[in-house]
Amino acid sequence: MSANFVALAYLVAAVLFILALKGLSSPISARNGNMFGMIGMAIAVLTTLTITQNLVYIVLAIIVGGSIGAVVARRIQMTAMPELVAAMHSLVGLAAVLVAMSAFYNPVAYGIAPLHASNLIELFIGTFVGAITFTGSIIAFGKLSGKLGSKPLHFTGQHWFNLFLGAVMIAFGIMFIVTESWTPFLIMIALALALGVLLIMPIGGADMPVVVSMLNSYSGWAAAGIGFTLNNNMLIIAGSLVGSSGAILSYIMCKAMNRSFFNVILGGFGGDDAAGPAGAVEQRPVRSGSADDAAFLMGNAGSVIIVPGYGLAVARAQHAINEMSNLLIENGVNVRYAIHPVAGRMPGHMNVLLAEAEVPYDQVLEMDEINNEFADTDVVLVIGANDVVNPAAKTDPQCPIYGMPIIDAHKARTILVVKRSMAVGYAGLDNDLFYLDKTMMVFGDAKKVVEDIIKALQN
Amino acid sequence: MSSVVDPVIINLTVFVLAVVVGYHVVWNVTPALHTPLMAVTNAISGIIIVGAMLAAGPEQLDAGTIMGLVAVMLAAVNVFGGFLVTQRMLSMFKKKTK
Repeated sequence: MSANFVALAYLVAAVLFILALKGLSSPISARNGNMFGMIGMAIAVLTTLTITQNLVYIVLAIIVGGSIGAVVARRIQMTAMPELVAAMHSLVGLAAVLVAMSAFYNPVAYGIAPLHASNLIELFIGTFVGAITFTGSIIAFGKLSGKLGSKPLHFTGQHWFNLFLGAVMIAFGIMFIVTESWTPFLIMIALALALGVLLIMPIGGADMPVVVSMLNSYSGWAAAGIGFTLNNNMLIIAGSLVGSSGAILSYIMCKAMNRSFFNVILGGFGGDDAAGPAGAVEQRPVRSGSADDAAFLMGNAGSVIIVPGYGLAVARAQHAINEMSNLLIENGVNVRYAIHPVAGRMPGHMNVLLAEAEVPYDQVLEMDEINNEFADTDVVLVIGANDVVNPAAKTDPQCPIYGMPIIDAHKARTILVVKRSMAVGYAGLDNDLFYLDKTMMVFGDAKKVVEDIIKALQN
Repeated sequence: MSSVVDPVIINLTVFVLAVVVGYHVVWNVTPALHTPLMAVTNAISGIIIVGAMLAAGPEQLDAGTIMGLVAVMLAAVNVFGGFLVTQRMLSMFKKKTK
């Protein structure tokens, strides 16, 4: 088939991809959007099939990979979405490296022989971004799935070592561009693979929303880089869409934690500096109550806002919380959920977990949408969240999370906090919210407490 | 100055325009759907499958085509897995049923 026809089909597919992303502006249009994405991908793949040989092998490879993907998509738990996404980033990274190696091995197949210096530069960039994405995502996957410790791993001179390794990698890259030979190319790939590991190892578990978004972005740039080498607009467009999407998500996550991108990537909290304020915590009295008390307070309230955190998902209490809020709604209580942007282990994770528990999405509001309603709210139920409701972020300039946008739970008339113990949250800080006169702590496992509240409400 | 535009410049034009479009479209995505956004961009980054198919394309089987075939398989996991898991997530987002 003519190259012109193929290019036009790619254009159609590219427009469909843009529509797929556009659809996600609302849950109503999102399903159609996803359908556009699938059609776009089908057009891209089928068109490419008309200009390749080895059809049997290629189709076989698609069937094998596609079946694995389909089975995983069907079986994956929603709590495990961050791991799945990280694993899929690593596949794109590896695929990009393989395509780059294949292009260097046989440039004729792509119609880019003889290779120009510009091809080689693009090949170098696409390959090292792909390699870093590959190993970095494997480490992120390991941390998210608990197969690797989620604790940040530090050693002295780490940043200088990484910088040195990066410089050596670029040197070999330049040598590859000048000599056009395999040895520097392969050494460069090996160094990039090592860098991927070293860059992600020092980053702690709760910073994973940024890391996953960043790797999402890299996987796109890797595809776009390969597109430059192959003069393939389809790869460039789709890769850039993904790249900019991941970059924006990283930015949103950093802003929600009031930290710079470099601060997260170079490892901030959870390292040596976190020990400071924790030692100074004095024993202060808190008011604690039972699940029955909590049920009584909420059952008699006019409005309740639930602030869920990742602890809710860890305790698998999503379904119970939906049952509880349905009971309250039947009693005429106005129940809503307030979601902090970094609740969960990836952007938007908490929304998916609540949707899975059949919480209607119009009850679930973002922090900015609901923050000015807390002053008129009778009861706030904070469950599995800590740092994101710490008023010190607004009032105490000495506090490490000062400036981080928080959910204004402290403005409500009564605050209920469900927590296992008085232990500190990720940032290692004591939370003033727990010591307010209008706060009642309910100690226990989130799921158990909510189930007890349900029982009390039914009586 | 030659009258033919270098393909690098054409690629760069397409790239910059795509980044601008991506930037505007993604800022309009509702935060509630950021996880499906990541899953669907995962599927879309599976577009590397097109490059992989071209690598697997030449008739003689050698190291180049075999690397291409492996890449096709890896990218296919993303394409199918990404779109299907997005569909599964989106089907969970429901309005009040009353």
